[in-house]
Amino acid sequence: MSDLISLSIDEARRRLDAREISSLELTEAFLARIEATQGKLNTFISTTPEMARAQAEEADRRIASGDAGPLCGIPVGVKDIILARGTRTTAASAILKSYEAPYDATVVARMRAAGAVLVGKLNCDEFAMGSSNENSAYGLTRNPWDTDRVPGGSSGGSAAAVAARQCIVSLGTDTGGSIRQPAAFCGVTGLKPTYGRVSRYGVIAFASSLDQVGPIGRSVRDAAHLLRTIAGHDRLDSTSVDNPVPDYCSALTGDVRGLRVALPREYFADGLDDDVRRAVQAAAQQLQSLGATLEDVSLPHTEYAIATYYLIATAEASSNLARYDGTRYGVRLGNDSGLLGMYRKTRAGGFGPEVKRRIMLGTHALSAGYYDAYYAKAQKVRTLIRRDFNSVFANYDLILAPTTPTPAFKIGEKTDDPLQMYLTDIFTISANLAGLPGLALPCGSSADGLPIGFQLIGKPFDEETVLRAGDAYQRDTDWHTRLPQ
Amino acid sequence: MTDFEAVIGLEVHAELLTASKIFCGCSAKFGAAPNENTCPLCIGMPGVLPVLNRQVVEFGIKTGLAIHCEIQQRSRWSRKNYFYPDLPKGYQITQYDLPICLGGHVDIRLEGEDQDRSIPLTRIHMEEDTGKNIHDAHTDASLVDYNRCGVPLLEIVSEPDLRSSAEAGAYLRKLRAILQYLQVCDGNMEEGSFRCDANISIRPQGATELGTKAEIKNLNSFRSVERAIDYEIERQTKAIRAGESIVQETRLWDTDREVTRSMRSKESAHDYRYFSEPDLLPLDVSADWIERVKGELPELPDERSARFVSEYELPAYDAEVLTARKDVADYFEAAVGIHRNPKAVSNWVMGEVLRIVNDRKLDQELVIEAWPVSAQQLAGLIALIDDGTISGKIAKSVFEDLLDNDKSPASVVEEKGLSQVSDSAELESIVDGVLAGQDDKIAEYRAGKEKMLGFFVGQIMKKTQGKANPKLVNEILRKRLQSN
Repeated sequence: MSDLISLSIDEARRRLDAREISSLELTEAFLARIEATQGKLNTFISTTPEMARAQAEEADRRIASGDAGPLCGIPVGVKDIILARGTRTTAASAILKSYEAPYDATVVARMRAAGAVLVGKLNCDEFAMGSSNENSAYGLTRNPWDTDRVPGGSSGGSAAAVAARQCIVSLGTDTGGSIRQPAAFCGVTGLKPTYGRVSRYGVIAFASSLDQVGPIGRSVRDAAHLLRTIAGHDRLDSTSVDNPVPDYCSALTGDVRGLRVALPREYFADGLDDDVRRAVQAAAQQLQSLGATLEDVSLPHTEYAIATYYLIATAEASSNLARYDGTRYGVRLGNDSGLLGMYRKTRAGGFGPEVKRRIMLGTHALSAGYYDAYYAKAQKVRTLIRRDFNSVFANYDLILAPTTPTPAFKIGEKTDDPLQMYLTDIFTISANLAGLPGLALPCGSSADGLPIGFQLIGKPFDEETVLRAGDAYQRDTDWHTRLPQ
Repeated sequence: MTDFEAVIGLEVHAELLTASKIFCGCSAKFGAAPNENTCPLCIGMPGVLPVLNRQVVEFGIKTGLAIHCEIQQRSRWSRKNYFYPDLPKGYQITQYDLPICLGGHVDIRLEGEDQDRSIPLTRIHMEEDTGKNIHDAHTDASLVDYNRCGVPLLEIVSEPDLRSSAEAGAYLRKLRAILQYLQVCDGNMEEGSFRCDANISIRPQGATELGTKAEIKNLNSFRSVERAIDYEIERQTKAIRAGESIVQETRLWDTDREVTRSMRSKESAHDYRYFSEPDLLPLDVSADWIERVKGELPELPDERSARFVSEYELPAYDAEVLTARKDVADYFEAAVGIHRNPKAVSNWVMGEVLRIVNDRKLDQELVIEAWPVSAQQLAGLIALIDDGTISGKIAKSVFEDLLDNDKSPASVVEEKGLSQVSDSAELESIVDGVLAGQDDKIAEYRAGKEKMLGFFVGQIMKKTQGKANPKLVNEILRKRLQSN
């Protein structure tokens, strides 16, 4: 059984198509694995074994009839911020405690159409607000490498579940690093696609101009398969872009010769953990040894990224989360306290502290008299950050940087200091502000045996180059194949 | 004592006649069972995203062009944030800093004036309507109907350039006529598809600075608008004369008591925290699109009225009344096309036809489909008068017989034997019969009492049940009364 849960998508595909295994057997193996490990890790908010078995049987019929694409019969997990009809979808918030999704997110509809098997809804920080998965109303998630440590966030459940082999691949969302940072902490591979590459329809909004759905897997190749399935224009998301979706797997040629890779000085400055620095520099040299060229560059506005992000993201969140008012769905408190009382009690009781903090920050940033100093200025700085990247990409194909300043930190270590928590996203936020694709993948191990990751940031809609470089690296290294005990 | 002048600006919300809502596929039709026209999007479920209805933009462009605005090739959407149960997302998607139309004007003419006044516009923007809270259906709970939520609106904002309730009324009527001509809005104030808020302030005659304004809401009819403006001007004038100052506030018009009442002051006004809507792209409208819409604009009330004066030689008043509604003007032209006597057709349309239209409240429909009498019947009827077959008086009774059927006027006249008696010999004998034994009255006439002629005509008409050709009767009578 343990060999079934360790399969890559390609290996599983070959064995499914050869009828050596059925999707139902594969699914049962993962359901058993979830059963055995959920109690320790708390990666799932809901599991969906019945739905998974039915989908697996349907996948087996499709495989038998020769109608199986790459994802048909493959067990996947979905972050609980993404709506899947027939599942409870909570965004890890108490306010949506018993909310049943009435429709499928486009990414879920596309996975279903491809025959993927949904094993459950993955834990995350409430409304994707957090960097440690400690902000979940359904309990924190533990890092499979060290259960005293956080898996990262906000897609902590999505990364931890893949690392713990509870599903082959998973979907996360990334607003400021929420796929890449937990991928780094859990030693897996995660991609934040270009803004507009994947539909946001049916994804509970945190910050609309930054949110993007992406795949997490144990290899670049697995992530590429999932991206291929979910990417592409969607009529239901006006910000999704009508560019053709390439076959990302066929872009994985292993050839990085002549690729011009830029190392931004600001990402290697003081404060970077020594283990991380060494591992990331080694990864860069690895790519160089494969034929890429390396050069130091500057992204001069990097130091403003966090401030900019926490104004724009919170402003949008303050508006996006206004709908949770107890009127139409979700939790209602203070039903006998008049309209204002109902609003106050519902939102005071339904939201956790970090969500409230961000709603207040964002409300303030948009307020009359403060708008220009905060929100409007943040938008201007966002433009400057985007220009930094444009000018680098005029001469380079990729940017290589650490994903996080340190490996996974201890549970509780930063919960009392929001600012320290926010700083853990310092290397990932800029790609969101600039709308660029960013791939996080493992490249080392700390003295404590914790995974370390690096990231590759590419040009808009150039996921192919990002994935090609990441895959070439993984062909030549084995960090991504290491498993937690 | 200082004389004051009023400064009035109007904000009109016009619900657009699109088949579906502005950001989802739900029907935008009025009158469905509560919450029948809703989906996850328009009730603000988690994860939904708006998709713009192209027709809304088309209607925005059309309206803008019709009232002479500059259409903005780039506009954008913003969120207006506030909490209320009828607003499911907690924000309204609207246009704020970059609306679809800027500038423009609506030309009005007050009764008795011989010149138009051009009322300048500030802007037009597109937005979504809210749902409706219902407080009186249940004793212990308020309900919300989201059918209206997401129905597209145009907000048309005038400059504060209106000076009286009469001007405001004329402006609103003209604006509504234009929207109805364009068939972008049905203009129904009672159902709320044409709504108006009024900003009113006063200032000393001749002053250039604006006074402190009050915004008046809940104006559900032209009458309410006019009465509320008059009330407010008086209230503010009295207050200032009494040495009080005007508070900037929102006031509600109480239709029953005909007063305005304070709803909220500026201090407690919402901070809407507008910011640009990240779920929608900026709206780019191509020059070609604008040109195409321009080419498809129908003839509008002002142009049509001018044409009626020049082409049909109608008095300006007739032209104005006939062109106030597109369907009435179409009806008029259809009738004139069949029988070219424009003034007679105009009289009949403005008289009998519109009387019945109003009695039956057909004018509440955007386009009258079922005319009580068809244009063809009306034309036929007038033709019978003009060729002497029937008198105008008989025609009125024939008109009644044409209501709600497709009979030809000629067949009604024949069926009922209503043709005029135009046979001279027959009329002479009737005249002689009436004059017989009336020597004293004949003498009075001859002594100069001209109006005795009317008495005799009346007698003759009575005898012929109105069918005697009045022109011939007159001729014969005069001849008879002069002879001897």
